[in-house]
Amino acid sequence: MKPSLTPRAGTTARRPLLARLLTTDHHHLGIAYLLLALVSVVIGTTLSLHMRIHLTWPQVPLERILPGSYLPIVTIHGTIMLFFVLTTAPQSGFGNLVLPAQLGTRRMALPLINALGFWITALALLVLCASSLTEAGAPLSGWTAYPPLSAVASAGPGQGPGMDLWLLSIALFGIGATLSAINTLVTILRGRCTGMTWDRMPLTVWGWFTAALLSLLAFSVLLAAITLLLCDRHLGTSFFVPTGDLVNGVLHGAGGHGDGSPLLWLHLFWFFGHPEVYIAILPGMGLTSMLLANFARRRVFAYGTMVATTLLIGLLGILVWGHHMFVAGLSPFAISAFSISTVAIAVPASAKVLSWLATVWRSHPRYTTPMLFALGFVSLFITGGLTGPILAQPMLDQYLHNTYFVVAHFHLIMAMAGIFGVFAATYYWFPLITARDGRPGPLLAEKLGRWHFWCTFLGAYATFLPMHLAGLAGQPRHYSQLTGIPNHAGELMARLYPLNSFITHAALFLAASQLLFLANLVRTLRHGAPAADNPWDATTLEWHPDLLPGAPEQEGSAPIAVYRAPCFYLGDEGETFLPQWQSDATDAANQE
Amino acid sequence: MPPCLSFAPLLLWPLPADASAHGPAVDRQLILNLALALALLTLAHGLLLGGLLLRRRATTGSVWRLEYLPLAALTVLFAGLAIRSEQLWARTHTTGADPAAMQVEVTGMQFAWYFRYPGPDATFGRTRPELVAPAEANPVGLDPADPHGHDDLVTAELVLPSGRPVDLRLRAQDVIHGFAVPELRLKQNAVPGQTIHIHFTPTTPGTYAILCTQLCGTGHFRMNANLRIVAPAEFNTWLATRQAAARQETTP
Repeated sequence: MKPSLTPRAGTTARRPLLARLLTTDHHHLGIAYLLLALVSVVIGTTLSLHMRIHLTWPQVPLERILPGSYLPIVTIHGTIMLFFVLTTAPQSGFGNLVLPAQLGTRRMALPLINALGFWITALALLVLCASSLTEAGAPLSGWTAYPPLSAVASAGPGQGPGMDLWLLSIALFGIGATLSAINTLVTILRGRCTGMTWDRMPLTVWGWFTAALLSLLAFSVLLAAITLLLCDRHLGTSFFVPTGDLVNGVLHGAGGHGDGSPLLWLHLFWFFGHPEVYIAILPGMGLTSMLLANFARRRVFAYGTMVATTLLIGLLGILVWGHHMFVAGLSPFAISAFSISTVAIAVPASAKVLSWLATVWRSHPRYTTPMLFALGFVSLFITGGLTGPILAQPMLDQYLHNTYFVVAHFHLIMAMAGIFGVFAATYYWFPLITARDGRPGPLLAEKLGRWHFWCTFLGAYATFLPMHLAGLAGQPRHYSQLTGIPNHAGELMARLYPLNSFITHAALFLAASQLLFLANLVRTLRHGAPAADNPWDATTLEWHPDLLPGAPEQEGSAPIAVYRAPCFYLGDEGETFLPQWQSDATDAANQE
Repeated sequence: MPPCLSFAPLLLWPLPADASAHGPAVDRQLILNLALALALLTLAHGLLLGGLLLRRRATTGSVWRLEYLPLAALTVLFAGLAIRSEQLWARTHTTGADPAAMQVEVTGMQFAWYFRYPGPDATFGRTRPELVAPAEANPVGLDPADPHGHDDLVTAELVLPSGRPVDLRLRAQDVIHGFAVPELRLKQNAVPGQTIHIHFTPTTPGTYAILCTQLCGTGHFRMNANLRIVAPAEFNTWLATRQAAARQETTP
């Protein structure tokens, strides 16, 4: 046998530090992605609390603790949460930890490309942090970076070198995500074991597959847009800056370079930006389907429809970018078309909800912590999703656009549902994350986990439901203060102060609840006892004893093969089950 | 009422007053949508909770009854809402302004709104960005060489007569700004390099806030102006007074 560049998952043989750092082992890379997301989510949450405290108690001198003012903090909060938490943890983190095993393979198809993807992502995070260390601080143009605000250094503090570093960071992230998506796609196309036909793949795999397709399409367009913007900033082009643009006393675009259009950036950015939010949520949708079926001990209800709706949501996701631009100056006819394609997404999304409801309907499921988070995902997906068709109507968006109604919508359906998916995955797969040498690690403590779920669930609703009211009352996003505003607008904002104060208290509670999770993590890592081989009675291959990270690859042992679709539970209570890897022959032999 | 609950009135009716002709129709569509969303939210959570509480049944029901039929019903519902919404949108956005509409130009810049009335000649004078000088009372860069601009009136508040259609031309000098008046149920970005028209009819006299709703820089939160909707007679008096004052300034 030839020595392979690709070590088996989870080999823990002592090797020199450099060799261990340069690992191409997907299990180690998955853990590295999760740690990167954990660091990022701590930073992102701290920044969000900074914003809430500043809005409610402006007299608190926060800048002594954390440098920077409100808008750079909004920008870094959005960037870090969307890219480095909601994209990396579900897609790259759990994708690396679980995807190969769920396909029945021990290896990623392109391990070097996969490892390169991680290191570029880590570099992107460092560059993002560096953007706030420049003299003028981080950029303030939000994660959408609309030009000319983002194209012209004189447009505000942080729009000089800070903005350049921000663009570089996002470009690097895009390259990392593209490499990782290529590896994911090739692994799914080429790595499936015998018997793993397309209609037997767990829905998590379908989620990763669709998200990887979207990554490939979306990030390439983002990279093009960033290149054009950097050209505008440094090479004297005018893709996005119109002739005679006067920013802070400096006249731009007058040197005969041509008449650029800020709207071009909006088109390119949102062609990326909308698929991006689906990349964040699709793996969570797949996982929810699998967990509900696992703990309800039933088949996934309407599996084929679930696959079709996953792909359809991905397809529609690249046709709806214009709904972010209803008030941006598009033709009213284009707006009508984008409105219809957006409302159309409600159909596959509703099909998913119906299938989830039918899966757990009269199932008397086991309320484990991962199940609770999966049910929480369903609840948040419904609540956040129902405001989607409202915002998809341009006539209503022209009132609600850029108000807290939108903030409530995307925080519930993307941020909260997304993070509930991550928590469900963490509680469910923790023995696999901590597995060594072919033995599963410990399970997170269930009791602490349930407390964590209920506090987070309550905190999420208490924080984001009232934001709908603030938005209906007209509160705009991105306002760094609600008091001391001149003119009649001052009265409007002052009226909203008490509601915002309530939201801040709820946000503090929500953030504090996460200490329960960290406590659980520390306690389990120090004192947890190893879990059973298949602690949740799961049917998918990541729980196959030979596919656990670090399991020895025995020569001559039976090759891994798949005999049926996942979630095969039998009996009135679903008490017996057949994992995907168990052949009917061994089953028959056992029964005899 | 304890201060922590002083937002209770918002729970009953969060929307600000309505001051435009198209506002009530927007509100009706919004309330209808919110009511349907709330009903579906309750129904879905009821089904979820009910399904969890009921005794276990070994088999699930038919895919037609549980998935495709409800999905068809929801599709019809969403299609109905979309059609209603498209009709409303087409009525207000696919036709131009009334030819007799009052013309006002709105210019957004970091961090102020300026409003320009064309004066008795009903024609806006030429502007040039290199002539912009807020400190010399020329914030929009009026070109003195163009006679049409001599009677243009530039103000820092928007005053409109009630009941007369208005055709606003939105411009931005530096970065993208968002022109928004909650009471008019109106929002439209002002984009550098473009002139974007919006039209509406103000109805209820009062003073309202014009906000900026597109992140435009450090002073974004304080970029606003007052909109005063007044009776037509009062508007004529205001315009005449301001124009007389402006003439006195230019001819000492």
